[in-house]
Amino acid sequence: MAHIPDGVLSAPVLMAGAAVSLAGCAYGLWRLEAERIPQAALFAAVLFVAALVHFPAGPSSVHLILSGLTGVLLGWAAFPAILVALLLQAVLFGFGGLVVLGVNVMSVALSAVLCRALFLAVARSGNHRQTVMAAGLAGGIGVVLTALLVSLALALSGQAFATAAKLVVLTHIPVAVIESIFSAAVIGLLLRVKPEFPGLTLVGGKRE
Amino acid sequence: MNAYASSSAMTARPVDGGHPSTAYFSTGAGEKKRKPMLEAVDSRLRLVVCWGFALAVIGLTQLPALLAALALAGFAAMAARLKRAATLRHMVAFDGFMLFVLLFLPFTVPGEVVFSLNGVSASREGLLHAAGILLRSNAVMLMILALLGSMEPVELGHAMARLRLPAKFVHLFLFTVRYIEVLGREYRRLRVAMKARGFRVRCNPHTWRSIGYLFGMLLVRSIERAERILAAMRCRGFQGRFHSLTEVKTMDRRDYAFTGLSVVAGGALIALEYW
Repeated sequence: MAHIPDGVLSAPVLMAGAAVSLAGCAYGLWRLEAERIPQAALFAAVLFVAALVHFPAGPSSVHLILSGLTGVLLGWAAFPAILVALLLQAVLFGFGGLVVLGVNVMSVALSAVLCRALFLAVARSGNHRQTVMAAGLAGGIGVVLTALLVSLALALSGQAFATAAKLVVLTHIPVAVIESIFSAAVIGLLLRVKPEFPGLTLVGGKRE
Repeated sequence: MNAYASSSAMTARPVDGGHPSTAYFSTGAGEKKRKPMLEAVDSRLRLVVCWGFALAVIGLTQLPALLAALALAGFAAMAARLKRAATLRHMVAFDGFMLFVLLFLPFTVPGEVVFSLNGVSASREGLLHAAGILLRSNAVMLMILALLGSMEPVELGHAMARLRLPAKFVHLFLFTVRYIEVLGREYRRLRVAMKARGFRVRCNPHTWRSIGYLFGMLLVRSIERAERILAAMRCRGFQGRFHSLTEVKTMDRRDYAFTGLSVVAGGALIALEYW
């Protein structure tokens, strides 16, 4: 998850983020059947817990962003699920903010939806190796996309943030590497243990 | 690590979730008898006021107005009886990249030079800009923790439902709140099992893969759990609506007082900004 706090971004950026997130959430909720809500909530909870794990990296530690994996598992439902997760993180831990929620949801969920498309395109043929590779790719690219969107939000908010915006992308490269291997492991295990896992059944000529 | 551990450590509330008639039977040993003032205020009102406060504060630029906003949030935090140490820890814990944003601002904003470091000069305007961001974000965060962090997440869900947010969204929220607790517990159990087998978190692919397998396993178990939950909901004839356990109360005198106070405080902030 990515958390820009309140009071940093400019009004047009905030409004654009809110508009995109609102539209995405509306569409995601519309597509989410009532019967699938418990499942979506469970995935969201797993990802919430996973985003709290800190991995040591050099002198400091990093936490996962999980936009790629969220997209692969949830599709368009990623939008409302990430809104729930970020709202909870703001309320429970004070990460992020309220008005900036739109931009934060957009930077994670938009990458999630794009990664879902990428995952399906790469994993099309459906053999095990290729699907795992697609998951790794989605995991890594998800982080890069989220970092790019965060840095775009910063850069558009003022010239003064330009340097910081570039550094945001650079500092996320190690996270992308970790998350790529992490996501490949998650999907690899799911394929072996429960090949009929929802979301993966679209891959590889198996029926929906 | 776990959402619930830190939320309950932070809020210091009776374990029953603040239902008026049962509050006196709280088993929380060593807790103060009197409930925090803010807890009696309607949760919808707290949500709306918090939102309004955030909207107002991000528009502030003048130092006096910003300091007043932070003081206001601090006052609310005291009224909500937030634990001081935990709250301060939340306030200094920024996402790493925000540090860059703040550190670079004095050097990238042009203006009157205050000091220079290795030939790069820091400007007064940049320092003020960074201070403004720090004050704004901390004021909003403190207010969120005071007004929203002090209620059970479930209560927040019910507040959103009563504010007519889409039912599907509220259900997703309530289910997620519940499962974070369940899965957090399962996660810690699996981590203990890994530790017992000699697993240590390091900076290598083996660690990343192993934690990945752990969460893969959590997902497998969660999908089986989801099937059971759905079956149980069908069995009980779920029709897309939950029954709230808390009574729907109407606005009382305390709520009106809180509304009045919020409006006056908001007006004062805006007045300070445009004085």
